[in-house]
Amino acid sequence: MFGKDFMDELLKPQQLYSHRTMKTVLTRLAHASIMRLNPASMDRLYELMVMAFKYQVLLCPRPKDLLLITYNHIDTIREFVKDTPVVGNKVDETHRKIIETYSSLPEGEFQLLRQTLLIFFQDMHIRVSLFLKNQLQNPNGRFALSTSGPVPYGMDVPGLIRTFDRKGREVRRSEFPTGGSYTSPIRKGCFELHGDRVIRLGMNMYTVNHPEETHTSKAHSVKTDDTPNLLAKEELNLLARLMGSMKAEDMPKTQTGFQINLFPTDQEEGEEAETSSGAEEPLFGVINIQAMQDEQAATQLAQIVGQFAEGEEQPENLSSSKGDDLLAMMDDL
Amino acid sequence: MTSYVEVVALSLWLQTTRRLTPDHLLPFQQTALPREDSSMYHKEKSIQVKNSASALYNNLGVLRIAPRHLTYFTVVHANVVNMVSASWDGLNYSHRQLQSKEPNVATSTSLIMQAAFCPLPSRDLLVVTSQKGIQMYESDGSIMVYWHALDTPETPTAQAVFARGISAVRDSYICVGVSSGAILVFDVPSKGSNITLSEALKEHKESITDMAPECSGSQECIADLVSADDGGNLCVWKSGEDFQLLNSIPGFDMSCPSVKLWKGTVVAGYGTGQIRLYEAVTGILHAEINAHARWIYSLDIAPFSGLLLSAAEDSLVRVWHLTMTPETNSVEVIHLHNECVTDTQICGAKFCDGDGYAFAVTGYDLSEIIRYTQS
Repeated sequence: MFGKDFMDELLKPQQLYSHRTMKTVLTRLAHASIMRLNPASMDRLYELMVMAFKYQVLLCPRPKDLLLITYNHIDTIREFVKDTPVVGNKVDETHRKIIETYSSLPEGEFQLLRQTLLIFFQDMHIRVSLFLKNQLQNPNGRFALSTSGPVPYGMDVPGLIRTFDRKGREVRRSEFPTGGSYTSPIRKGCFELHGDRVIRLGMNMYTVNHPEETHTSKAHSVKTDDTPNLLAKEELNLLARLMGSMKAEDMPKTQTGFQINLFPTDQEEGEEAETSSGAEEPLFGVINIQAMQDEQAATQLAQIVGQFAEGEEQPENLSSSKGDDLLAMMDDL
Repeated sequence: MTSYVEVVALSLWLQTTRRLTPDHLLPFQQTALPREDSSMYHKEKSIQVKNSASALYNNLGVLRIAPRHLTYFTVVHANVVNMVSASWDGLNYSHRQLQSKEPNVATSTSLIMQAAFCPLPSRDLLVVTSQKGIQMYESDGSIMVYWHALDTPETPTAQAVFARGISAVRDSYICVGVSSGAILVFDVPSKGSNITLSEALKEHKESITDMAPECSGSQECIADLVSADDGGNLCVWKSGEDFQLLNSIPGFDMSCPSVKLWKGTVVAGYGTGQIRLYEAVTGILHAEINAHARWIYSLDIAPFSGLLLSAAEDSLVRVWHLTMTPETNSVEVIHLHNECVTDTQICGAKFCDGDGYAFAVTGYDLSEIIRYTQS
């Protein structure tokens, strides 16, 4: 996924993908490991990913902050793969490429990019329980837009009218009621390889949850029921483990340090993931999964995964063949 | 009669904001102070549209057809223009959709950047700009009278190619901006489809965002057209067989998505949420308003009353009043009214008449045109 060819292909100027194409790409990515999702689960996963992505793009404070959101994602990925330097290097390389491609883009062009992405998301109002619970989304599926809080970096707090004379001296100052309660911007986010991004969009949505939520999910994740819901959760756990150690040589017994957090409350929710993927900009189809696992499940799954490990191809071959598929498919458009 | 009532209304609202009362405006004193200015306009029944509005600058076109008691509205959705013809009595609505395609090419559609009415003395045209080219229709959208193809490269380039920024100018010109920064000037005959490309003005270095004609109706104004680009740069033009650049007002590296020209004053809205008022010909800054907390997407002026409408991604539409004092060559801005369209990033806002008695609003992902009328 972070292979050079794939990234180069993603970074080529191109038109916006259709939903069909995007779904195909993401389905391939989701199945790039041994994980298998039935069509209904994949549909649901796709919807959740798109809604999370829509949320991030819509609420992005300034168009250029799309980069900061991307960098939040990359930072998290970097954390996931920190025990695998080879992959870590690829992530860094991708990050550098993004910086190189997009850093000098003016704000107006970022806004055009954002407007084009918003066309992709148009008319999608699928309700996501996490968003509903945190009141980020209304029951009608539309996202809540606040009229209070800090203004984006580089903007002034509304409310002031200044009048000047012909020599440029300010002659009058007056205020008007804004209908909101705005405050000064917080500090600027860092656009470099490493640094404080400041904005929270693009960060793991699940880390801000209450511990009770994760405890409920823990109880469910161990069961090997054959209800599709729970099986899919196990598969995701597996994927998480595998993603934590990309090379086949590394036995996936190494502590990956990340967790899967699943909400079993809604039958229709199934797995939940937060990801971002893009067409015109290289937000990859990465499933950003973070969850808590208990030790028993970890050992159990590690054993299961150990059985599969010998049968796996080299990850480079795997990713390049998948990449070729995707490239071929993309070329066909 | 109308203007007297307006003066009364305005004087009432002047008292509600915390600033000095312009002496030259009030012929009498007010004692009662209304607390809120929230009742200047009230919401009317919305007009339903076939598709939701896309997030594009200035995404609402309005044309008032007085003899037929109709108003036309246009809202862009991806590669389609939704047109609604609404009768003034509110009883009849008819819908039409226009696609952005080259004539005689069945499959090609491209994303539309803008649709706007161009009222000329002899005829009204509807201009639609897209990634492929420029289409001009009769104002009811019934017939396409002209197609101009842009030079689109074979494979997509990093710099997008599109047309954006539409303005009728004086008696017979329609100007359209291009992503390269060029402005195409079309000569429009009083009828028929013999529209010709007269010249290409190459002054802007960045993509054109919006353009506007002098809308006061006064023949005394020297400047006929203002154009704005993605860098916030403004150019002021005089029309003619050869358009003449009168002035260039530099931006500050921030896009100017919407611009208006009224009585020789440029009113520009920026991605910083600021509105700035400049004297067009000299570039002198009259006023600066920290108006919105997000990108401004649309400005409009009601030429008979001097009302200004601003709308932004922050969900707010604001109504202001502009006063020109020719003796001192100064411009005064006061704030009159706010409307919050909850949970909506507004992408189009326009007055429905020259007095500003009513205005209409569109928002991203909304399938309706919201209307407000003065109370």
